[in-house]
Amino acid sequence: MSQEARSSAGAGGSLLLSGAARRSANVLFTVALTFVGLTAVTFVIGRVMPNDPVLAIVGDRAPKAVYEAMRLELGLDKPIIQQYGIYLLKILQGDLGKSIMTGRDVIEDVARFFPATIELATVATLLGALVGVPMGVVAAVRQGRPTDHLVRILGLFGYSVPIFWLGLMALLVFYAKLGWLPGPGRIEVYYDGIVDSRTGFILIDSALQGEWEVFRNALSHIVLPAAMLATFALAYIARMTRSFMLDQLSQEYVLTARVKGLSEVQVIWRHVFRNVLVQLITIIGLTYASLLEGSVLTETVFAWPGIGQYITQSLFNADLNAVIGGTLAVGICFVGINMLSDVLYRIVDPRAR
Amino acid sequence: MPDGKLAAKEPAALRAWLLSDSPGSVFQARCQRFYLAWLAFSANPIAMAGLVIIAALVLIALLAPLITSADGTEQVLADRLQAPSAAHWLGTDELGRDIFERIIWGSRVTLYIVGLVGIIVVPIGLAIGTIAGYVGGVVDTVLMRFTDIFLAFPRLILALAFVSVLGPGLENAVLAIALTTWSPFARIARAETLTIRNTEHIMAARVQGASTLRILLSHVVPLCLSSVIVRLTLDMAGVILTAAGLGFVGLGAQPPLPEWGAMISTGRQFLLDEWWVPTMPGIAILVVSMGFNLLGDGLRDVLDPRSGRSE
Repeated sequence: MSQEARSSAGAGGSLLLSGAARRSANVLFTVALTFVGLTAVTFVIGRVMPNDPVLAIVGDRAPKAVYEAMRLELGLDKPIIQQYGIYLLKILQGDLGKSIMTGRDVIEDVARFFPATIELATVATLLGALVGVPMGVVAAVRQGRPTDHLVRILGLFGYSVPIFWLGLMALLVFYAKLGWLPGPGRIEVYYDGIVDSRTGFILIDSALQGEWEVFRNALSHIVLPAAMLATFALAYIARMTRSFMLDQLSQEYVLTARVKGLSEVQVIWRHVFRNVLVQLITIIGLTYASLLEGSVLTETVFAWPGIGQYITQSLFNADLNAVIGGTLAVGICFVGINMLSDVLYRIVDPRAR
Repeated sequence: MPDGKLAAKEPAALRAWLLSDSPGSVFQARCQRFYLAWLAFSANPIAMAGLVIIAALVLIALLAPLITSADGTEQVLADRLQAPSAAHWLGTDELGRDIFERIIWGSRVTLYIVGLVGIIVVPIGLAIGTIAGYVGGVVDTVLMRFTDIFLAFPRLILALAFVSVLGPGLENAVLAIALTTWSPFARIARAETLTIRNTEHIMAARVQGASTLRILLSHVVPLCLSSVIVRLTLDMAGVILTAAGLGFVGLGAQPPLPEWGAMISTGRQFLLDEWWVPTMPGIAILVVSMGFNLLGDGLRDVLDPRSGRSE
C-alpha cells in the first residue's frame, strides 16, 4: 500500500498545493476505507460466523427470556447492514462491549493492557534498530566477505526461528541455568503496586517517581522478552539497511567524496548513511507495527500482561467481545503506525514531497 | 522426441542439446530454460542448502512409515520423559512417546499445512490479481482496495480471531492462515499482469478472438507464475511459523497429532528439568522454515533477476 501511495505522491509534485491536498485526501480515504474493512472483518468474525452469537454470549443454559433480551440487545432482529451500521457507530463511540472474563468494558481492558505491549514493542524496536542498523551498514561495506555472510545467516535465523520457542530457550538458559535474568512477568511481585500507574508504562512511571529499584527490576524483566522480539526486528532492519546501503554505495557522489579525500568513516556515516536514514524510517515503522502483533506469542511465553495475553486468555474463555475488541485495537494501531511511517517518510524525504 | 532419446544416452550430447543456440522444438526450448535456470540455481550454495532441506522434508514425510515403527502416537508410559539415548534419539515426552518419531510424523502435518495453504492462496491471488490488472478501471480499484484491506491486517491476530470463531483444529488453522496470506499474491499477480497486458502476444491472442478468460488462463497466468512461486516459497516460512504459533497457543492442530508447535506447547511445562521435550520440535521448525527462506532467496535470484542480488 505504501508503495502505491508513494508513487502516486511522486506524480503530482508540480502542483504543490493541490497535490498536497489531494494526497492528504487520499491518505484519509485509505485510512477510512481500511478502518471500514477492519471493522467489517471483525463484524463478520464476531456476529456472522458464529452459528449463534447469542448463545456464544449467554451460554446454552440461559433461560429463554435472557436469550431473547440479548438477541434484541445485539440487534439481531435487524437487517445485517443495519447491524453493521450500529456496530460501527458503537466502535466510533468507543463501545466495544463488555468482557465476560473481567466484567469490565472491553475498551477499558484494552487501555489497561495495551501499555505493557507498547512498552515491550518499543524497547524491542529500539534494540532491533540499534543493533540491526550498524549490522546492515557493516554488511554492505564488507559485501561478499565473511562479515556479510555472517550478517545474512543471522538475518535468516531471525526470520526463521519460532519466537515462542526461542523465548523458552532463553528462559531455560538465562533464567533457569545461569540465573542472570529474572523469570516471566513484568515485575517482581513484591514491587507490585509501589509505583502509581500514571502512564501505564512501568519504566516511565517508576523513573518519574524516582523509584529506581522498581525501575531496575522492571528493566531486568523486559530484557529477555524484548530481545526475543528484537531478533525478528533485527533481521529485517539489518537486511533492509544493507540493501539500501548497497544502492547508495554505487552512486557517484560516493566516489566524489572518496576522491575529495574524506576518510572512509566520513564517507559511510556522514554521506551515505544520511541518505539511507530516510528510507529506514519506513522500515522501522513497519517493524514496530509488526512487533505489536508479534508480541502475542512472546507475551504468552513470558507471562507479559499485555494485549496479546489478554486476547489469548479471552479466546479460551470464549469471551468473544474481548477477542474482537483486542483484535480491532491491535489492527487499528497496526494500520495507524503503517500510515504514520508513510506520512513521515514523505515529510522527511524531499523527493517525495 | 528423437532428439531427446538420443541425447539421454550421452551426457555430453544432452548438454549440447540443452545449450544449443537454436532449439528445434518448443519442448527443447522449454528444457533449455529449465536447464539454464537450474545451472544458475545450483551455482548458488545458499539456495542449494534450502533445496536439500526441503527435499529432505518431503522424503522424510513420504518415508515416515519406513523410518519409524509406529505412527508417533504410541504411548509407553514406563518410558516417559527419558533423556536422549541410543534407544530414543531425541528422548521421550510425558506420555512416553518417542520424540524423534513424532517429529518425523510431524513433517507430514507441516507439509499438509504448507501444501494446503498454497493450494488455497495461489488461485485466489492469481484470480483477483490478473482480473484486476487485465480488466482495469473500476474493477481494478475495487479489487485492489479489497486486497489492501487484507494486506493491512496483522496476520497472526486475525488468524487467532478466525480460529476463535471457527473452533480450534488443523483445518481451521489452515483456513485462517490462508485468509490472511492471499493478499500479497494478488498484488504481485496484478503488477505482473500490468506489464504483460499490452504486449504483442496478448494483442495477437485478442485479435485472433480469444476470450478474456482464455487470455488470462493461457497467456497471463503462466507468466505470473514465477514471481508468485518465489513469493510463495518465501511466505511458506511465515506460514509454518504462524501455524506453529497457533499450535503453540492451543488453537492449531490438536493432540495427539504430532504437530511441532503443539508439541512445544505441551512440552513447555517440562522445560526446566526435561529440556529436550520442548527443544527438539523447535529445532525442527527452525530448520524447515530456514529451508524455505533459503530456497525462496535462491529462487528469487534465479527466476526474478530484477529484484535480485543487491538484497
